Amino acid sequence: MSSNTDHSHHSADAHGHDHHGGHEAAHGTFKSYMTGFVLSVILTAIPFWLVMAKVFSDPVVTAALIMVLGAIQIIVHMIYFLHMNTRSEGGWNMMALIFTIVLVIIALSGSLWVMHHLNSNMMPMSPEMMRNMP
Amino acid sequence: MTTQTAHAPKGGETPAFYMTEEYHPEGSTMLGFWIYIMSDCLIFAVLFATYAVLGHNYAAGPSPADLFELPLVALNTAMLLFSSITYGFAMLAMEKDNKSATMMWLAITGLFGAAFIFFELYEFYHLILDGAGPQRSAFLSAFFTLVGTHGLHVTVGIVWLITLMVQTGQHGLIPENKRRLMCLSMFWHFLDVVWIGVFSFVYLMGVLG
Repeated sequence: MSSNTDHSHHSADAHGHDHHGGHEAAHGTFKSYMTGFVLSVILTAIPFWLVMAKVFSDPVVTAALIMVLGAIQIIVHMIYFLHMNTRSEGGWNMMALIFTIVLVIIALSGSLWVMHHLNSNMMPMSPEMMRNMP
Repeated sequence: MTTQTAHAPKGGETPAFYMTEEYHPEGSTMLGFWIYIMSDCLIFAVLFATYAVLGHNYAAGPSPADLFELPLVALNTAMLLFSSITYGFAMLAMEKDNKSATMMWLAITGLFGAAFIFFELYEFYHLILDGAGPQRSAFLSAFFTLVGTHGLHVTVGIVWLITLMVQTGQHGLIPENKRRLMCLSMFWHFLDVVWIGVFSFVYLMGVLG
C-alpha cells in the first residue's frame, strides 16, 4: 500500500519496475511508518487493557479478541514496517509468505489436534499410579 | 523503448539494443533474506506449537497467572515497538543519504533493544529466583525456550546493529552498507512481529487462564 506513493525518489525511472538499482526494495515514507506505529500502539493497548482491567467476565471473549487484534497487528506490521505487497520481488515475497503461513497453520493446528486427542484418549490414572510415574 | 524506436535502422545497419531494465545487481539478496526470515518464522511456529501443547502442564507448579507481571510485559512491548519505529526513521534517513541521522537513529534503536533485553533478563532472573526456572515444569520449559529464543534473536540483532554502525561509520552509506541495513531492517521488524504473538498468546492469554 505504502509503496504506491513512495517512488518519488525514483522519478527518473519510468518503467515502474521494483528491481532497479540493486538495493531498491519497497521503501516506506514518514507518513506510512507513523501510520503503522499509531495503529500498532492502539492494537497493543486494547488487548492489554482488556486483560488488565478485566473488561469482559467471560475469558473466552477476551481470548478471541486478543487473537483477532494480534492477527490484525501482524498484518499492520507486514504492510507498514516490512512493506509487503503483491508486487515486491515480482511477487515471490508474497509467494514465500503464503507458503510459510500454510506451513505454520499445518504445524500449529496439527500439533494441537493430535496432542488434544492423545490427552483425551489417555487411560485414566489413579493417584497411586501418578505417584509411581517416572 | 522510445530511444530504441527513435534510432530506426537505416541501410541494413544492425541496431544496437541496450536492455537497461535487465540490469539489477544484488537484486536477489532481499528475496534471499526474506526466505531466511520465513524459515526463521517456521522455527518460531514450532516453538509456539510446543508451548500451545505443553502450556498447561504445570506439574503442580506455578501457572502463568501466578508468575507473569503484565506491566513489565507492557513495558517490554513498548520498548520493542519504539525500536521498530526508530529503525524505520533510520531507514528514512538512509534513503536521504544522511549518515549522521542514520547513525543516531540506529543508536537509539540499539538502546531500545538493549532495554528490552535488560527487562527480559530481569524477568527471567526473578522467575528462576522464585523457583520457576525452566526445569520446574513442561510449561516453564516451553516458555523459556520460546521467549528465550526470541530474546536471543534480539541479542544477535543488537550485535548486528553495532557491527553495521561501525561499518557505516568507517565506510559511509555505500550501497553494500545500505543493503545490509535493509536486511537488518527486515530482521528487526520480523522480531517485533514474533513478539506480537508472544505477548498475545503467551502472556495475555496465559494470565487469562
